[in-house]
Amino acid sequence: MSKIRTVEGITKESTQAMIDDALSVYPEKAKKKRTPHLAPNDAASGCSSVKSNKKTVPGVMSARGCAYAGAKGVVWGPIRDMVHVSHGPVGCGWYSWGTCRNLMSGINGVTQFGMQFTSDFQEKDIVYGGDKKLKTLLEEAKGLFPLAKGISVLSECPVGLIGDDINSVTKQASKDLGIPVIPCNCEGFRGVSQSLGHHISNDSIRDYIIETREFAEPSSPYDISLIGDYNIGGDVWSAKSLLEEIGLNVKAVWTGDGELEKIAATHTVKLNLIHCYRSMNYMCKVMEEKYGIPWLEFNFFGPTKIRESLRAIGERFDDVIKEKVELAIAKYEPIMQAIIDEYKPRLDGKKVMLLVGGLRPRHTIGAYEDLGMDCVGSGYEFAHNDDYDRTAPEMPDATLVYDDPSEYEFEKFAHALKPDLIGSGIKEKYVFQKMGIPFRQMHSWDYSGPYHGYNGFEIFARDVDMAVNSPTWKLVKAPF
Amino acid sequence: MSNLLGLEVKKVTENPPEEIERVKNWINTDEYKEKNFARQALVINPAHACQPLGAQLCAHGFEGTLPFVHGSQGCASYYRSTLNRHFREPAPAVSDAMSEDGAVFGGQNNLHEGLENAVALYKPKMIAVFTSCMPEVIGDDLTAFIKNAKQKSLVPKDLQIPYANTPSFNGTHIHGYDSMLVSILQTLTEGKQIEGRCTGKLNLIPGCDFNTGDYREYKRILKEFGVPNTILADIGDTFDSPCDGTYHIYAGGTKLEDAADSINGKATISLGPYATPKTFAWIKDTYSGKHVSLPMPMGIEKTDALIMKIAELFGKEVPASLKNERGRAVDAMTDSQQYMHGKKFAVYGDPDYLMGYVSFLLEMGARPYHILCSRGSKKAEKELQTMLDGSMYGAGCKIYMNKDLWHLRSLVVTDPVDAIIGDTHGKFAARDAKVPLFRFGFPVFDRVNKHRYPIIGYQGVINMVTEICNKFIDIRDETCEDRFFEMMR
Repeated sequence: MSKIRTVEGITKESTQAMIDDALSVYPEKAKKKRTPHLAPNDAASGCSSVKSNKKTVPGVMSARGCAYAGAKGVVWGPIRDMVHVSHGPVGCGWYSWGTCRNLMSGINGVTQFGMQFTSDFQEKDIVYGGDKKLKTLLEEAKGLFPLAKGISVLSECPVGLIGDDINSVTKQASKDLGIPVIPCNCEGFRGVSQSLGHHISNDSIRDYIIETREFAEPSSPYDISLIGDYNIGGDVWSAKSLLEEIGLNVKAVWTGDGELEKIAATHTVKLNLIHCYRSMNYMCKVMEEKYGIPWLEFNFFGPTKIRESLRAIGERFDDVIKEKVELAIAKYEPIMQAIIDEYKPRLDGKKVMLLVGGLRPRHTIGAYEDLGMDCVGSGYEFAHNDDYDRTAPEMPDATLVYDDPSEYEFEKFAHALKPDLIGSGIKEKYVFQKMGIPFRQMHSWDYSGPYHGYNGFEIFARDVDMAVNSPTWKLVKAPF
Repeated sequence: MSNLLGLEVKKVTENPPEEIERVKNWINTDEYKEKNFARQALVINPAHACQPLGAQLCAHGFEGTLPFVHGSQGCASYYRSTLNRHFREPAPAVSDAMSEDGAVFGGQNNLHEGLENAVALYKPKMIAVFTSCMPEVIGDDLTAFIKNAKQKSLVPKDLQIPYANTPSFNGTHIHGYDSMLVSILQTLTEGKQIEGRCTGKLNLIPGCDFNTGDYREYKRILKEFGVPNTILADIGDTFDSPCDGTYHIYAGGTKLEDAADSINGKATISLGPYATPKTFAWIKDTYSGKHVSLPMPMGIEKTDALIMKIAELFGKEVPASLKNERGRAVDAMTDSQQYMHGKKFAVYGDPDYLMGYVSFLLEMGARPYHILCSRGSKKAEKELQTMLDGSMYGAGCKIYMNKDLWHLRSLVVTDPVDAIIGDTHGKFAARDAKVPLFRFGFPVFDRVNKHRYPIIGYQGVINMVTEICNKFIDIRDETCEDRFFEMMR
């Protein structure tokens, strides 16, 4: 476990006082609900200090999305060679069209389908059901996109409410069209956040995809898969090249720039490397139980965590890989040191607050620390207890942990903690920038990236520096 | 459990390169276009969003108003982030986070708890409630729910809570805008009509317009006229607020008392005949003064119509400053018409924008060659056709109603144009057709500050002419042979 760190001026008492102040305005019932979700970090315990994965409190302005968002935007959407149908009214697919930044190789409309497919439900579809329409549109998709390797059908709220049977329609369509057509019952009203959408999507991969293909080439002891990397701004390409450099064969990527058939053959790899634990631990566990494939969490943000992760990965293999790991570390560390030498003097001692999704509120802390920055508050939109357990040792002691904070709370905390940088999402970005607080979107990398791997750290460091030290912040207060 | 489809286990395959090449060429053919246009059920790359998005935009146009989504929480996150991305501004809105139990028991508990919390945390002057899919499908009764909330004193008695049913499986964002606007006005003006009272003001309804520059432009024009006015609904400051070190959750919007008093106005002009027909019909029946519906004032002719109507309604001369402004806009057009004349455009968007683009292009001697509306009406089609028939530059131009941007792609790759006018979502079709895309519509996610540059009025004409012509000149500079690369253009 890493050494317990502290931040000057932050104690359990000061953090608790800040929490109490933020909660004081809530009505009794809401206060009772919110209280267990906010706490000072107990780094020594290595355990979560907050409750999580509970229903969103109505009316408080949560940053959370829905199960559909977790299925479309995270698990299914990034698979490049499938047609992903947003089944239901037009909006959900339209809002999530190209907004997750999961980049794709291939030719748009020919071999990759980063587009928006929808059944565009109308009143009559609600009244009479949409199964017939679904059958027709699946045929149309196959006809217009003959090279698509499969189709996913992602249900929006009305589909589940009106009792459509997409499972039987897709089963028949699979037979008729000769490609996998996968139903995913990820209606947005299910569960409490995006998280259930991840789980449902993992289950549909388990039920319909895995073990339906085999790799054409002979297997090797170095076959691995890269799980839980969604290729935001090209992250997969950066991570994959590093894994290949240490001698591993990345046979499949789940699911950034992913290919359906390779995902289907993942049950034959020797190790699953998982980056975003939250969204894909389910399938790692399934593959462990069913096929005996071990899995390993790793962290490719910042040189410290990359080094630790590479060595941990090397431990799972023979000396050939271990040697390559050391060669890679030796090759990149001077380059990383040069980056740190350039940026750390401008960022040392700066404070950052994070509110992101599945892994970044803990995984990026090390990268900020490589640049000399302290994380003074962190939390997730949709994490579970096991995520917070993993977060506790990463954060300095007594700093603030918040689960699914309302915008009101987040703003209050920022006022009190006065961070030099906030890393969160688009809904939060402009709130804090109006307050003159530098901000980076940490879901989308703020239209930059990749941030994964050694290549990514240089971009990350540059972006953090330009956010924190932009001369524009000095102009916020008028001289008159 | 796996393999529920009973698939035969096969090897991982790659698409053969020659097959990729064949399909790559095929999707650019007339044969593919025909197949593409034969689609009955599948919609690909639609150019419209759903009703609640428009409802939220409208709610933001009123002072101290908190938009409130009755439905699943993910919906609110989608609307908010869409507005954040387009304006690069905050878009505060809450939802009552309905989930599975809401499907069983209805959403009243969520709505009540949500209202109580929203009032405590965000202290709104008004809460504008609108619905996403779930309560619409299960049939929640908003009227009763909100009445009950007041009876139970969960919210202050005097807090205004207009609400609108905005089902996403019907219409588009413009229809949600309309429903929210009429509901807000009905709520605020209730009991406010005073016999014999006239505020002397013009009520201006811009329609579902996502350009903050347009709102500022309307206000400037009316200032030139010296006509006091109330904009319904004014998002101009809400989504173009200063960065000065303080976050104001309610950064702008029409004053609630002005909106309430709008029922006693001297006149009302609607500039979104396709976006706000319900609102306008209700106003015609209810409001004092005169009521006029005009097209969104894009291009000279449509702007002239607005200017003359304001002059007529308020018995004023057109001010010299606006006469000069018109002259400058026409000057900009005549000076640069050579760069646009005869150029073919594909245009798409909401009907009100579309009418404006087409009118403006015809005035420039350009051809609105493919006109595509992703949710149009017979009335819109007829109005477009009349415009095309009225100009020699409309000859051979075609209208495609209820088509999407994958249809547009087929059009621009089989029957090429020089440029596309639309929004960010057209960038893939534009890239495949190798033509520029002018982002005058909504949303714009990939360029900065577009919403600050008006596209309405004479100033809007100058902005559009400048952007379009300079782009064509850029292309010439970037693509011409060295020997044709010269100082002047």
